[in-house]
Amino acid sequence: MSILVKPDTKVLVQGITGSFGARHAKLSLDYGTQIVAGVTPGKGGQLFEGKVPIFDTVAEAAQVTGATASAIFVPPAFAADAILEGVDAGLDLVVCITEGIPVNDMIKVKRAMEGRRTRLIGPNCPGIVTPGEGKDSHGGCRIGIAPGYIHKKGHIGVLSRSGTLTYEAVWQLTSKGVGQSTCVGIGGDPVNGTSHLDVIKLFNDDPDTHGIIMIGEIGGSAEEEAAAWIAEHCSKPVVGFIAGATAPPGRRMGHAGAIVSGGKGTAAAKIEAFRAAGISVAETPSVMAETLLKRM
Amino acid sequence: MNIHEFQAKQLLARRGVAIPTGSDITTPEAAPAIAQQLFAAGAKRVVVKSQIHAGGRGKGTFTNGLQGGVKVCATTEEAVQRAQAMLGQVLVTKQTGPAGRRVNRLLIETALPIKKELYLAVLLDRVTSRPVIMASTEGGMDIEEVAAKTPEKIVKESVDPAVGLMPFQARRIAVALGLRGDLIAAAAKLLAGVYRTWLECDASLVEINPLCIVEGPDGKDIILALDAKAGLDDNALFRHKEILAMRDLAEESPLEVEASKFALNYIKLDGNIACLVNGAGLAMATMDIIKHYGGDPANFLDVGGGASVEQVTAAFKIIMKDPNVKAILVNIFGGIMDCNVIATGIVAAVKETGLKLPLVVRLEGNNVVAGKQTLANSGLTIISGDSMADAAQKVVKAIAG
Repeated sequence: MSILVKPDTKVLVQGITGSFGARHAKLSLDYGTQIVAGVTPGKGGQLFEGKVPIFDTVAEAAQVTGATASAIFVPPAFAADAILEGVDAGLDLVVCITEGIPVNDMIKVKRAMEGRRTRLIGPNCPGIVTPGEGKDSHGGCRIGIAPGYIHKKGHIGVLSRSGTLTYEAVWQLTSKGVGQSTCVGIGGDPVNGTSHLDVIKLFNDDPDTHGIIMIGEIGGSAEEEAAAWIAEHCSKPVVGFIAGATAPPGRRMGHAGAIVSGGKGTAAAKIEAFRAAGISVAETPSVMAETLLKRM
Repeated sequence: MNIHEFQAKQLLARRGVAIPTGSDITTPEAAPAIAQQLFAAGAKRVVVKSQIHAGGRGKGTFTNGLQGGVKVCATTEEAVQRAQAMLGQVLVTKQTGPAGRRVNRLLIETALPIKKELYLAVLLDRVTSRPVIMASTEGGMDIEEVAAKTPEKIVKESVDPAVGLMPFQARRIAVALGLRGDLIAAAAKLLAGVYRTWLECDASLVEINPLCIVEGPDGKDIILALDAKAGLDDNALFRHKEILAMRDLAEESPLEVEASKFALNYIKLDGNIACLVNGAGLAMATMDIIKHYGGDPANFLDVGGGASVEQVTAAFKIIMKDPNVKAILVNIFGGIMDCNVIATGIVAAVKETGLKLPLVVRLEGNNVVAGKQTLANSGLTIISGDSMADAAQKVVKAIAG
């Protein structure tokens, strides 16, 4: 099992004809992911890579192909529209990779999604990977931009706001022969669709996930909220790491959401919350997998 | 992006927020006309305010010994004298750091008798993903201090983005601030304008501190924004050409401006170990692990998750312009990118820039064996790190030795 997506999940790609979207749609196809449709308004009727049908609208793509999840690669100015088109089509899952979406657009999107069935992951995230059974985890479901081959099918859930730091954790696990159930990048923006806590709850309910690596960073209080819930409800070992202990206050560290403002969102406070919740804290990013294995 | 007080006030005034009358100047020669105009219009006093992107200006000190980056003056002569003394000088405040900031512009305004100082801000509440209005009776103070010591003195009103700030919410804040009578409606109008400024300008923060009740020329109380600060959402600047034109490059670190031209996320710090990393989270974690092993990071530098050769080369040039840098740590997780391409880029950049400092490189990911071989065969003294921990320890040791 896994969370959010399975190897047979049917995925459509919004923005499949742009260079970024095309490149990663191709990589997902090569990984064995069920990329069943592309959406680019005005290019309906064409084929991507000679086999994936392109549609003008998400609703039509979903209806014809049975896609239930979407990966969004459209430019920032059009991303809010793309997300809500996916929501309107009633998809189960929308994963928005796009970086640089105005915060006000995401505030509106989040408000418009209230009461709707669709789950949003991201934006500004690497996406989701549920590794497959094949060589280099081939045959899994890869939605987004993560390198597929670093994964290995197994029982650890990985959750992070960052891209390359997620790959670091995944690679540490795989190098030690330990596989993953699902790896989720929730994104580095201050307003996102799915929080640390949301993903922790999913991992906790997934019988195939036996341990969790949760990676956070400075800014906001999402890690603290997840920690408080873990202390009360989580039955699985959790290892945490927080990036940004050396970041100066008041400066945005690359991610729009990675900022200590008004004394809030410091790494020290998050690490303290982790410890208080019984989460094992990795002393350095080099020992995330090692810390989890010791704990298990 | 941050803007100056006078610019924030322009954005607010256009949306119906009352501000003191005044004008900004960049030369002392422009001061007499402005001051005379304000006095002629009935001002009893005027205030001369340094325009820099840092707080604590009033209590700041110029490096030439002059006290106060904000000064109330009773005559045109005094205002002109003050303007001459401030312009072109370096002001040090608790927010500028010891180097201070050069004052290139002043705002000269009518100073009205203040009866009450309040605090008002609009910002994003990350917990609810909605805008929140924060207000307090403790104006003119550091709001973080108020929040820490007397949190009950801060009122918050969450705004539903579907309808915006409703008038009843604005009135509720006014009443909570102790305002009565005509001032309630006046404050509600001002609040609506401040919220609109936040929304329409795609601001990350609009802060009015202090928001003041002052005695107007006719003796009646008025509410106005005595000071104003605005931070804009960088991601939204593409739809605000007019605000983008307000960017003041003199207020930004030259290296950071240079880096932004190459779409690099660079933030200069005080240490001596430069780092060059792909991805923001990994870049922060790299700084942290340098510190963990006893070193001091010289910068945050994210060349992007993909890390192209052009960006790596540009990044090398930028970190080498920082005279404090004594060693460099490159940490690249080449997930999709070919590590050999990155390695080739690093070798080219080192040769092109004639780098003499110790360089530790940790490569991981796609085609990493070939990448490491390229580094080893380059003839350059590049120290290879196997893991983040190994690389961090090696770079710290390189400086110590």
